[in-house]
Amino acid sequence: MKLIKDGHIIDPANSIDDIMDILIIDEKISKIEKNIEVKPEYEIINAKGLMVFPGLIDMHVHLREPGFEYKETIKTGLAAAAKGGFTTIACMPNTKPAIDERTIVEALDRKARGAKVNLKVIGAATKNIDSDQLTEMGDMKEAGIVAISNDGKPVKNAYITRRVLEYAKKFDLILIEHCEDESMANGGFIHEGYYSTILGLKGIPREAEDLIVARDIALAKMTGGKVHIAHISSKNSVDLVREAKKQGINITAEVTPQHLVLTDQAVESFDTSTKINPPFRSEQDREALIAGLIDGTIDMIATDHAPHARWEKEVEFAYAPFGVVGLETAVSLMYTKLVKTGIIKYSTLIEKMANNPGRIFNLGGELKIGNDADITLFDPNIEWIVNPDEFYSMGRNTPFKGWNLDGQVIHTIVKGDFALKNGKVI
Amino acid sequence: MLKAKDLLGLRTLSTDEMDEIMRVAIPMKDIIMRDIKKVPTLRGKSMATLFFENSTRTKSSFEIAAKYLSADCTNLAVSTSSVQKGETLIDTAITLEVMGIELFVMRHGASGAPHFLGRNTKARIINAGDGMNEHPTQGLLDMFTMKDKKGDLGNLTVTILGDVAHSRVARSNIWGLTKYGANVRVVGPETLLPIELQKMGVEVYTDVDKALKGADVVNVLRLQKERQSSGLLPSLVEYNKFWGLTSKRLELIKEDGIIMHPGPMNRGVEIMPEVYEDPRSVVDEQVTNGVAIRMALLFMMLGGKTSDEIN
Repeated sequence: MKLIKDGHIIDPANSIDDIMDILIIDEKISKIEKNIEVKPEYEIINAKGLMVFPGLIDMHVHLREPGFEYKETIKTGLAAAAKGGFTTIACMPNTKPAIDERTIVEALDRKARGAKVNLKVIGAATKNIDSDQLTEMGDMKEAGIVAISNDGKPVKNAYITRRVLEYAKKFDLILIEHCEDESMANGGFIHEGYYSTILGLKGIPREAEDLIVARDIALAKMTGGKVHIAHISSKNSVDLVREAKKQGINITAEVTPQHLVLTDQAVESFDTSTKINPPFRSEQDREALIAGLIDGTIDMIATDHAPHARWEKEVEFAYAPFGVVGLETAVSLMYTKLVKTGIIKYSTLIEKMANNPGRIFNLGGELKIGNDADITLFDPNIEWIVNPDEFYSMGRNTPFKGWNLDGQVIHTIVKGDFALKNGKVI
Repeated sequence: MLKAKDLLGLRTLSTDEMDEIMRVAIPMKDIIMRDIKKVPTLRGKSMATLFFENSTRTKSSFEIAAKYLSADCTNLAVSTSSVQKGETLIDTAITLEVMGIELFVMRHGASGAPHFLGRNTKARIINAGDGMNEHPTQGLLDMFTMKDKKGDLGNLTVTILGDVAHSRVARSNIWGLTKYGANVRVVGPETLLPIELQKMGVEVYTDVDKALKGADVVNVLRLQKERQSSGLLPSLVEYNKFWGLTSKRLELIKEDGIIMHPGPMNRGVEIMPEVYEDPRSVVDEQVTNGVAIRMALLFMMLGGKTSDEIN
């Protein structure tokens, strides 16, 4: 039994924004009230001065298992998640082999057994990611997958996407789409704009994203299936999603912390830790992403945590793999750059990092009596400097190295148990 | 003196620094014209060329510049076939560095490669062309030539004609010339003009006649023949018809205007043979000036002295 005492609880899903206590009994939230009476059997967690959030949920993480254990493992990835305040993360299936059948889903579950943080698995939509053959998504759903995706790529063409969406409806699986028209991207690797022009690096126009977003909206409308746009980056795509939502089409979207903070100017140094896909876009796009986040067009923030080995990133820009790590900086970065600056409210941050992913993917994400006691305690007064050498993740590839951030997660509680205690992963 | 360890591009160079390099290049050019083309200035200094892309002109130009100044120059022809290109690049450079190499002249197909290497070595680096980013020594020799022929760069209208999108020569010229306040025009088919180019401070044209009218300098870019197979151009013949520099189009530039080309030329594509042979063509002199500019840079970066000292 644990009693979280005197913390400032924020949970817009339950309209809570107040100093209250939370009592945890047997993995579950038992009470949320002011001044809960202290009993000797309670383990008291003094939350005075701390913010108390529903456990954060990240729907877009690359844990690299199986096949790329030199980049990240389930163990190190879940430790990084705990450090970042995430109580549930969902891992993408673009592994080797791809997570495209029940046995692999089960193998991952076995590997995650004993870990504190909840691991949820996203299954591939088509066999080996890039094929015409649908996966046994019903079978994988029984084994616990929470969504389907061919992340790294969109489903290969309109016809197969249509069939995936139709078939997935029976199992109520959302298709998470990496929206990039390959022919339009044409081997580019930064945003096509001023910086691609002056640096002589091949650009990916925002229309590469827009084309697939538009395709998928049309197909979601046609089939009634559900599409979730991964890491939206283009202002035009934000407009497309906004319009589709107005029409009642089943579409949701996520944005990464890095796209909300940085633009293609970051690439100027040719630092490979700024090479991501979709690329950092222009300031206008960044502003449109923030506007979309605020008006509800963009439902959630997801990290797209993509660890790589040091030697893979320490190469010429053109040859480096795409991706940055994000689990251990996400909430502090969002607090520092968006909440503390007054751009978004605390409640918006929690909607985007807990309530909405929880609701849309049926993973909890709110502080409700009877729910699993998945709770994140955040100290807004800590000032810290991002030092990748201290990461729990094996990935060191972050564009935020050396940044001064405010606020840090102190405790991460999953099913009533500490996954992170006093800043240390248990 | 150059402020930075490495010479990576004209984007990050000041006009003071560019002035200094061009000033030092003047006595260097005199050395080239002498009967005995050798001075002992850099005796005992060691440098290496690292060319990850094929080049005959630029590489020879640097080698000759090194020889005239008595520096020891090692040439490494580096294979590009290795998968772990970055590893090879750092490893190769560090191996040479621990053998005593103080300066690398580097050409690489990836934009930013010399920036990356520069962060990982103590040796100084001269960028001899990186991807589509910059070719600063070409930019400097072009400006040196323009200044020599036409005077103050700030008073000039310079038209850069051709495949700007893929050209590091164009980018270095644009950075350098706009810093001096020159009026820079770029012209080519829209498929070969990168997006938001006007933000670099240039006038953008697709009509070659308008772009050439009244120009003091026309700098013609080499057209890579593979552009016609990648959706950028229908054919070289059509390119020549609408964007090639012909004698007729030459009538549009100022009477005393000059014609430049970084070489090697595709005669009959971006430039007609009679244009190259026109008395206003300074293409050959550009090559000589290239050696002088490279001598100036080697002198400044290996000897660390200013122009007053060499005079």
